[in-house]
Amino acid sequence: MKPTKTEDTEYFHQVVDCQWGCPAHTDVPEYIRLIALGRFSDAYMLNRGSNVFPGILGRVCDRPCEPVCRRGRVEDKPVAICRLKRVAADNRGDIRSRLPVAPKQKNGKRIALVGAGCASLTVVNDLMPLGYECVIYEALDKTGGLMRTNIPAFRLPASVLDEEIDYIVDMGADLRLNTPVNSMRELLDEGYDAVFVGSGAPKGKNLNIPGRNDSDRIHVGIQWLESVAFGHTESIGKKVLIIGVGNTAMDCCRTSLRLGADDVKVMARKPRGFFKASDWELEDAEEERVEIVVNHSPREFVLRDGKLVGMMFDLMDYDIDDNGRIVDSRVTGEKFFPCDDVVLAIGQDNAFPWIERDLGIEFDRWEVPVVDPVTFESTLSGVFFGGDAAFGPKNIIWAVEHGHQAAISIDKYCRASPLTERLPRGVNLQSAKMGIHEWSYSNDFDPSARRIMPHVDLKRRFKKLDIEVELGFTAEQVITEVERCLNCDIQTVFTDNLCIECDACIDICPVDCLTIAPNADEVTLKQNLKAPVLEPTQPFFVSGPLKHTARVMVKDENLCVHCGLCAERCPTAAWDMQKSTLNIPYALDESAEDMARCQRKAG
Amino acid sequence: MTFIAKPKIVHKGLSRNALGLTIRDYEGGMSTLCAGCGHDSVTSAIVQAFFELDIPPNQVAKLSGIGCSSKTPAYFLDASHGFNAVHGRMPSIATGASAANRKLYLIGVSGDGDSLSIGLGQFSHALRRNLDMLYIIENNGVYGLTKGQFSASADVGTKAKKGEVNEQQPIDPVQMAMAQGGTFVARSFSGDKDQLVPMIKAGIRHKGFGLIDVLSPCVTFNDHEDSTKSYAYTRRFFHPAVHADFVPPAEEIRTAYDDGEAMPVEMHDGSRIVLRKVSDQYNVHNRGAALDFIRSHHRRGEIITGLLYIDEAEPDMHGISRTPDAPLAQVPFEELCPGSQAMAGLQERFR
Ligand SMILES: Cc1cc2nc3c(=O)[nH]c(=O)nc-3n(C[C@H](O)[C@H](O)[C@H](O)COP(=O)(O)OP(=O)(O)OC[C@H]3O[C@@H](n4cnc5c(N)ncnc54)[C@H](O)[C@@H]3O)c2cc1C
Ligand SMILES: Cc1ncc(C[n+]2csc(CCOP(=O)(O)OP(=O)(O)O)c2C)c(N)n1
Ligand code: SF4
Ligand code: SF4
Ligand code: SF4
Ligand SMILES: [Mg+2]
Repeated sequence: MKPTKTEDTEYFHQVVDCQWGCPAHTDVPEYIRLIALGRFSDAYMLNRGSNVFPGILGRVCDRPCEPVCRRGRVEDKPVAICRLKRVAADNRGDIRSRLPVAPKQKNGKRIALVGAGCASLTVVNDLMPLGYECVIYEALDKTGGLMRTNIPAFRLPASVLDEEIDYIVDMGADLRLNTPVNSMRELLDEGYDAVFVGSGAPKGKNLNIPGRNDSDRIHVGIQWLESVAFGHTESIGKKVLIIGVGNTAMDCCRTSLRLGADDVKVMARKPRGFFKASDWELEDAEEERVEIVVNHSPREFVLRDGKLVGMMFDLMDYDIDDNGRIVDSRVTGEKFFPCDDVVLAIGQDNAFPWIERDLGIEFDRWEVPVVDPVTFESTLSGVFFGGDAAFGPKNIIWAVEHGHQAAISIDKYCRASPLTERLPRGVNLQSAKMGIHEWSYSNDFDPSARRIMPHVDLKRRFKKLDIEVELGFTAEQVITEVERCLNCDIQTVFTDNLCIECDACIDICPVDCLTIAPNADEVTLKQNLKAPVLEPTQPFFVSGPLKHTARVMVKDENLCVHCGLCAERCPTAAWDMQKSTLNIPYALDESAEDMARCQRKAG
Repeated sequence: MTFIAKPKIVHKGLSRNALGLTIRDYEGGMSTLCAGCGHDSVTSAIVQAFFELDIPPNQVAKLSGIGCSSKTPAYFLDASHGFNAVHGRMPSIATGASAANRKLYLIGVSGDGDSLSIGLGQFSHALRRNLDMLYIIENNGVYGLTKGQFSASADVGTKAKKGEVNEQQPIDPVQMAMAQGGTFVARSFSGDKDQLVPMIKAGIRHKGFGLIDVLSPCVTFNDHEDSTKSYAYTRRFFHPAVHADFVPPAEEIRTAYDDGEAMPVEMHDGSRIVLRKVSDQYNVHNRGAALDFIRSHHRRGEIITGLLYIDEAEPDMHGISRTPDAPLAQVPFEELCPGSQAMAGLQERFR
């Protein structure tokens, strides 16, 4: 094999699994180390730089980082990355003086944003400091979008939302609440320099089976959650059936319990393992004694004397192949479940009734706009989409990343700079060596298991709708949990012409990820490793030929715990531990670069 | 050395042996040797060999003398028995251990200083007794522990770190063992586990004295340019003459060998070693010819490695002494110590 090009940013970036997995590329290991040092405000600011809403995300993020966390491959459970983010947010000092500020002198460009959800707010966060005037149109009388209307307060308190949204709006955005945009044409006619659509995916999917329109006790999940959030709905029947088993279903069932229901069942069409809800949301719901009923497919609503009395389900049986895929299914019977209310939580759709179809903004056949995945521009130049509005419902952290990218595009668009000429990501490496066997990070492996989040006890938590269930980690839990992080950003960097092939690193590596072997093609080389390749998608390092024997040093990054023992054992410092820092360009950086380029041209 | 111990992580790629143990269960304490010392590699080869042989660690006794090399038994098999003897006296302790419990697997780790200077007499007698043990000399041409003085294995013309030249003839433990009737004589290199691990396995299974002279560079005092025991020199001049594959009992010989080239040697417990000649002039059957071959290559500065001589037929110490099969440690006390009256009777016979 050819020597691996580690100069290529992507190699080291991929080694930091969490940061690679995070849509906004949050520098997780660095913020965890800052927390370990008690530098909560710094940890908060580092987070804010990439994900904008650390307090919110530290509670309700979808956490794509956790399933990919290396710790989960070395032992059972990943690091509690999300919970640690909350630790930074909860313990931060007054950071207001460190927030970005908008200059007094504006740049003369005006941007319209549709919706005050996390996508639009991120765009505002990135553009205000550059001197843009941002006008936010929001249909409701509150900011936050689904974060406020759908994510229940027992998971995300309003105060946390307010604080972090205010940081952005207080830069001087022109926020217009209770102002729905009813016509895109009219909005375009107002002469904004660019428009960002962050209006979300506001339509709950319906279930068209017999009886659907015969009762007012059948609710569409996201609308129902919204009416609960705004206090329009204050109660529900004793027996409730939730249809669907995604994250919305989890919020619906837990909300029902707080509105007076005492028998809540979540009805799933498929078996466990095929659920859309995250494991932790399922756990939290089941802890509250919600029953999850599998293999039941809704057939009809049953009404007696015009009153909803229950639902009839088909009992399902599935054939599952060796890869865990459903290959066949059949109905084996039927079953009736009595209930007072039904909540449909089977998904969301995009809906843009307010965008005229003759403006040049193209939509596909699912009513999803055609949006460039890099620039977030629609087919009408100057109109950008992001968040759930762009590619259908996702989550907050994706909406934030869309916002960052759209902000870069909007800024380039307003300065007539090509949208696709974007700065590459960069990586900085700096040795972590402090002394003979001293490193600038805690390199010893801590075998502790993942800490368990303490919850408000079951009796008390139902008393009010907005009692936050998760209490946050205790100080002792924080101390242990931070040590579970494997510091994957402290990279093992190899210099082949220093290696004397003494095998010291190979012998000491606790996870057998190093091998010195004769070079060969990929298949052969991978067969000659000290430990088998378990995750073929993990980065794989091959050195240049070694001095003495022309063999090569090979590293399978999969299980490396970044203990630094290879570097400690190496007599010639051929291995070194180096901290990698990823440089991710934001609108501010792109803008500065573009200006510099202009000046160079002019000069 | 490192400042933190190798963490015990049971990862998904870790296999288990017939006893359900992982290789990590065969490790020992944290090494305090210099980073890059060849001895640490030998330790790891020993760990691998015992793991692969499915030997329960508590059936092993580790023995050593004094030196960096002699410290290493602390770094493997921490669930085994062990005795760290005074300088050069490990063979006596090993003889006692073997006499008391012949069922134990004995592994001795020594250095060129420990075995070829102060302990040369003891070493010679262990050979003579054909003591049933594996005896590893971690040979680096210097007294590592005492800061790098030339040892008895230093070659003529080799230079010390500060520049002085050795002018005395070296003692080669391999040639000595060949000449003295050793029954298992081998040489290897710490940097070649493919060769070393099967050799250690065969040595453990050999009934009698198994000697492996392992070239194991001292990275701190003897790894410089004019040294003949450095990593670079050893890699350049070592010549495998015979390759040994170890095949455990009840396992078929799977590797395909060319006719005439491979020579299986049956061990007393049914396992086999398949010897493969790498150099066609080498004669594994003939002690004298083999010795000549090693000697003539040594004169040219070449280091012949491999399992150079094996004889499974010679009786070991217990065979020669006709001791009972049961380990003395398991013989009931009354039998083992028949009392003062019996003792008096015995003494009477010699009056
Ligand atoms: C029940 C539920 C639970 C969820 N839980 C989580 C979770 O735990 N973690 C997570 O990461 N994600 C979760 N999500 C998903 C997440 O809330 C969304 O992906 C995210 O809020 C999308 O942000 P956005 O800015 O794109 O749109 P939204 O948050 O939907 O905001 C859009 C805003 O635009 C406004 N608007 C719409 N049309 C107009 C118009 N024409 N004129 C003016 N204003 C308009 C809306 O009123 C709204 O305020 C959940 C979603 C649901 C439904
Ligand atoms: C009776 C006695 N004499 C001398 C010493 C000093 N001494 C300690 S180790 C050693 C030599 C060790 O050399 P070697 O066996 O080659 O081990 P290495 O450190 O090279 O592995 C000597 C002479 C001693 N400990 N005891
Ligand atoms: S840091 Fe080095 S020794 Fe530690 S796990 Fe990674 S490769 Fe192995
Ligand atoms: S410890 Fe250093 S010199 Fe020795 S093999 Fe590893 S990288 Fe090479
Ligand atoms: S002094 Fe030499 S023999 Fe001793 S530990 Fe250091 S490198 Fe090894
Ligand atoms: Mg020595």
